[in-house]
Amino acid sequence: MTARKGFDVIQGEPEAADPSRRSFLRTAAAGAALGALAGCGGVSMDDVLRKHFRELSKDDLAKVLTKVERRNKERFGKDTRVTAEGPRPGVEFGYGLDISRCVGCRRCVYACVKENNQSREQPQIHWIRVLEMEKEHGVDLTHADLYYDPGAVPQPGKFYFPVQCQQCRNPPCVKACPTQATWKEADGIVVVDYDWCIGCRCCMSACPYGARHFNWAEPKLPAEELNPVQHYLGNRPRPKGVVEKCTFCIQRVRNGRYPACVEICPVGARKFGNLLDPESEIRRVMDTKRVLVFKEELATHPQFYFFYAT
Amino acid sequence: MRETPTTLLILAVAVAIAAAPARASAPVKKKEVLYEARPPPFSDGIFPCSNCHDGKSMKPDPTRRELAFHDEQQSVFDHDAEHRWCLDCHDAQNRDVLRLASGAPVPFTESYRLCGQCHGDKFRDWRVGVHGKRVGQWDGEKTYLLCVSCHNPHSPRFKGVKEITVDGKTTIAPTLELLRPEPRPRRPDEMRGWKRPATAEGAR
Repeated sequence: MTARKGFDVIQGEPEAADPSRRSFLRTAAAGAALGALAGCGGVSMDDVLRKHFRELSKDDLAKVLTKVERRNKERFGKDTRVTAEGPRPGVEFGYGLDISRCVGCRRCVYACVKENNQSREQPQIHWIRVLEMEKEHGVDLTHADLYYDPGAVPQPGKFYFPVQCQQCRNPPCVKACPTQATWKEADGIVVVDYDWCIGCRCCMSACPYGARHFNWAEPKLPAEELNPVQHYLGNRPRPKGVVEKCTFCIQRVRNGRYPACVEICPVGARKFGNLLDPESEIRRVMDTKRVLVFKEELATHPQFYFFYAT
Repeated sequence: MRETPTTLLILAVAVAIAAAPARASAPVKKKEVLYEARPPPFSDGIFPCSNCHDGKSMKPDPTRRELAFHDEQQSVFDHDAEHRWCLDCHDAQNRDVLRLASGAPVPFTESYRLCGQCHGDKFRDWRVGVHGKRVGQWDGEKTYLLCVSCHNPHSPRFKGVKEITVDGKTTIAPTLELLRPEPRPRRPDEMRGWKRPATAEGAR
């Protein structure tokens, strides 16, 4: 009879599961989750049971932000200001990079690291990667060098092609994420919620630009180099095991400032503005210059444009 | 209530018609817009030029010649050197200003108007922020950098820039040397067992 009963239960699972068995399983799962949580430093039950970032109420969001600030204080001993400024209506960000001007000095790479609190070493994370290419071959990744190291730039016969997140309108990384930890905001910025990321790195393999980076180890960021002006979806310090990427300096641009890479560029090769404003410099670029997008054939429709001003 | 939009429209059209002849008859003199720019990158102690060129101890000599003084400019001068010389851009009477081709004086802080006389295409791009660099807010106030912040007017091909301080304000000045790139990123294999090097040179 017991064998027969067991068979019955399996057969009738969708309709006639034993309610006591189901509730037992639920309790067991919750217990297992709690047990797993106890092993993760700094993660509390609230973090797991809270709603997705985009569904948070104002009060819940305030609580989450306060918690991030408190963790920053514990981790770095410094006061920080973490905001979650949302996208402005009527704004769609566009970025232009003048390939004919870039000299490959890598000032942008390090300005970005400083602004966005990346891990400095082991792992060393750079959101911008400047490729040295040959004029003879044009934009061709088979003739590109990331590790060029001459005494002076630009080198004759070379041009420089910085690559960072292209903020695609059709982002493969967002589609690949199994937990909806990454999404595209209304102003076009593709963001990551580091509390929601499970570190599966599916987005990294989906991204054709190599623009996503993984914290393989606990990020190493000296407290004195911490940028205290932070955005929840941007430059707040990341834990080990999450993916991060360029956000056009969301903490700056949502407040009207230029991204750090635009501000540092010594040759003015980087342009930034609102694509919906016909007077913005990015629109002037698109109206008057030869513009291209990187890996156009993949139909990712980037909001990041390369152009030749000369 | 339904008539209100129509009434408004008729009113608006009437106003437009009434205003149109007035607008057409007024001579539209396009006023030159001035741009707020960072201060020009003068070498230390060179400005004001009238400290030396006061018109008394040194009489202005408008004949084109090799200068005995100012060899720091003379030695690098490569700005259509065949056809140009100092007084094409510097004012002979008042050395503290520049002069346009028309003879009109232009202060050093508005030197872009002088450059724009010949380099109209670049000037057009610069005004809207496509050529050169602006800092500030993408949605508001911006500060421009002058042409001479990146291009040495006496040797204008871009080579490199450095940050300098003029009267307590930070600005950018052109250099005659190329830029030195920042350290290359570490290769994955280097990252694994990497230790902070003792010297800055070792980091490369």
